[in-house]
Amino acid sequence: MSEKHEASGDQTTGHVWDDDLADLTNEPPKWWMLGLTASALFVVIYWLYYPSIPFATTGDFFKGIGGWTAIKEMEADVGEVEAVRGKFEARLRGMTPAAILADSELTEYVTRSGKVLFGDNCAACHGQNGIGTHDKEGLFAPILNDDDWLYGGKIDDIHASIEGGRQGMMMAHKDMLSAAEIDALANAVAKGQPTSTPLFAEKGCTACHGEDGKGNQAMGSANLADKIWRFEVRNDKLSDAENMKRLVEGSKRTITYGVNSGDPQGRAAAMPSFKEAGKLSDTEMKKLAVYVYKFGGGQPDAPAAAADTKTDK
Amino acid sequence: MSKETEHKEAGSVTGIYQELEHWNVNTGDKTIHAKRMPGFFRTVKNYTQALYLLFFLVPYLRWNGKQAILFDITHNQFHFFNLTVLPQDIWMLSLLLLLLAMVLFAVTSVASRVWCGYFCFQTAWTDWFTWIEDKIEGNPQARRKLDAAPWSAEKIWKKSLKHFIWMIISLLTGISFSIWFVDAYDYWNKLVHFQLPLVGWVTLATIFFGTYILAALLREQVCMWMCPYARIQGVMTDSQTILPAYDYTRGEPRGKLRRGSEVVAQKGDCVDCFQCVQVCPTGVDIRDGQQLGCITCGLCLDACDSIMDKVGKPRGLIRYTSLDELEGKPARKMYQHPRTWVYIGIILIAFGGIVYGLTHLGSVVLKVIPERQPLYVYLSDGSIQNKYELKILNKTDSDIRVGVTAEGGVRDQVIIGAEKPLLARHGRSTSFTIFVRAPGQNIKMEVTPIEFRIQSIDDPLIGAEYKTKFNGPSVDLGRRIISGMGNAK
Ligand code: SF4
Ligand code: SF4
Repeated sequence: MSEKHEASGDQTTGHVWDDDLADLTNEPPKWWMLGLTASALFVVIYWLYYPSIPFATTGDFFKGIGGWTAIKEMEADVGEVEAVRGKFEARLRGMTPAAILADSELTEYVTRSGKVLFGDNCAACHGQNGIGTHDKEGLFAPILNDDDWLYGGKIDDIHASIEGGRQGMMMAHKDMLSAAEIDALANAVAKGQPTSTPLFAEKGCTACHGEDGKGNQAMGSANLADKIWRFEVRNDKLSDAENMKRLVEGSKRTITYGVNSGDPQGRAAAMPSFKEAGKLSDTEMKKLAVYVYKFGGGQPDAPAAAADTKTDK
Repeated sequence: MSKETEHKEAGSVTGIYQELEHWNVNTGDKTIHAKRMPGFFRTVKNYTQALYLLFFLVPYLRWNGKQAILFDITHNQFHFFNLTVLPQDIWMLSLLLLLLAMVLFAVTSVASRVWCGYFCFQTAWTDWFTWIEDKIEGNPQARRKLDAAPWSAEKIWKKSLKHFIWMIISLLTGISFSIWFVDAYDYWNKLVHFQLPLVGWVTLATIFFGTYILAALLREQVCMWMCPYARIQGVMTDSQTILPAYDYTRGEPRGKLRRGSEVVAQKGDCVDCFQCVQVCPTGVDIRDGQQLGCITCGLCLDACDSIMDKVGKPRGLIRYTSLDELEGKPARKMYQHPRTWVYIGIILIAFGGIVYGLTHLGSVVLKVIPERQPLYVYLSDGSIQNKYELKILNKTDSDIRVGVTAEGGVRDQVIIGAEKPLLARHGRSTSFTIFVRAPGQNIKMEVTPIEFRIQSIDDPLIGAEYKTKFNGPSVDLGRRIISGMGNAK
């Protein structure tokens, strides 16, 4: 069959055409042959190792000798994440919220990993990052990143609120006060100066809100002498007259119908107990307490330590 | 040679095949056994290739108790003695690559494939491997005889010894490669206890087999068929590039030297001894002119010179020269090439960039990210609070305590959360949350520029600043609200 090609002197396969064109029997380069063999081997190994050949008749497929499945790979990845989190989580378990807060590394871990936890359990009412949510009645749940706390802003107070939940309570005053009295009180509260009207003391507001109107965290009565209101927030898009009007209206409503008072028009202010709900673990509640504390409103246990660094302005 | 005349008449169509005969199409079907001879270029090559000892040894160098040069992949850092380069400064790497590429181009355009002939690891490893082969199996004739001989105890012994040593070198290559990326001593420790991580084993195996296959089995085939640089460099030479070339005007017509022959005078200087072909590591015949297979290693120059010395003719029948010069054209000097200057320009720019980068590395970098949701928070006393995330990247190898101050911003503002110095961990970025609180009535703008500055407590030279903004309620409304809705207590 094979003969020498006349010009090149190489062997041909016997296939010669157009006078001097021919298939020569030269081997491909060595590296090419090596590569070809290696890739052929690779194909075989790959097919054997991984799930590959589908069996059309049975609807099954060849599982591969490596035992690889996408789920296993995913689980391994999850395992990796858990391994990183695990050592933090293990430490968190035995610590009090205050101790976690004192450890900067753990605090950083919690503030970074707490977002999902907060988003799933708290943000529905308190808003993402604790900015509060609103319904047509006004502010639905308190803003968590300011420094005004109904039940206290120390780490243990926040933790207690999450664990046990909170129920606001204020009775409806519509039967006790006249419209004019309610109006006068609402205006004083909206200005942040509740004691500016003698009615505040006369009508017994001081019983819950204190002589100075600064509230009582033990019972959750609001501080009326500051610039944060429980059921109303300033809207920076409105003029101050309009804002004032809204604040007065809101305060009137709260005084008239109360909070959780049973009156159908009363304000609703209830936070569930997460311990009772059983949905969150102890560690998760501790993490949330630290997470919320770190929004910026958390108050240190020893007030004296809060010496602020003045800038050199 | 006689075939040539035979085909002369075959016409112009088949004429192309005659050229084919001269093409050295080396497909690796026969192993090239190059002869080793001493000479000037051999010596040069030995020295340049010895630079690869650095590849094997440098990773063991320690500096301040740590590996002096380490491409720490796991921690995304590059350590170079005192210097730590983090990913943020990786742009310098691209400049370095540019620099190296330009040096390669410039050198190639001026003096052809200097890289291939003297510096390339493929050349170097192949050269060592064939040296070992030469020591074990003998000179090229002996090697060819051994290859052809039937298997015997001696052949088995020699071949296995050779392959064994090759494998040892390949293994060492794999190890040495790996320890540029992880701590060398730690690596050895894990290696001898078979405790390398999977990626370690894969890397080791890849380099081991890569070295063994490329340097032991494929050798010049890599340069002929696989290496992209061979082609790139091939097109960068021109008629003014100096490269090893055969002086055909002086050499032709070549002819065998016969004792006592009278006709010597009519012949050229080439005595057709084939020494130049025999020493060539890629098996090409330089006398066929410049060709892809030639890695410009200069070994044929050594060979030819030694022959010229023997036959009493001047050296330099094969020599470093430009094609123009060979053709008797006026040869331009290196500095007369505009190209050379362009290359030098680019090299200088890249080099300047690297120097600038290295001298401006900075020890710490500050980044401040203002909270976006909410932009600001009203506090119970009517002041406005902004939340910031401070990211302090500490590039030094020790932890640094920094104080935080702010320029600009709002009058009587207070920074909260940085009362005590912040501890910026070394070699990475540490995040801190701080707050700036400012009295509402002092806020004059919706957005007030503020510049944070961090300053090391211990070293006055270490500091960084970052410009960002302080958000407040819109000017008029905010002011009105604050003053109108609650008079200061
Ligand atoms: S052709 Fe490629 S592999 Fe061969 S010596 Fe040159 S750069 Fe190295
Ligand atoms: S022809 Fe000469 S310079 Fe070129 S590779 Fe061969 S020995 Fe080296």
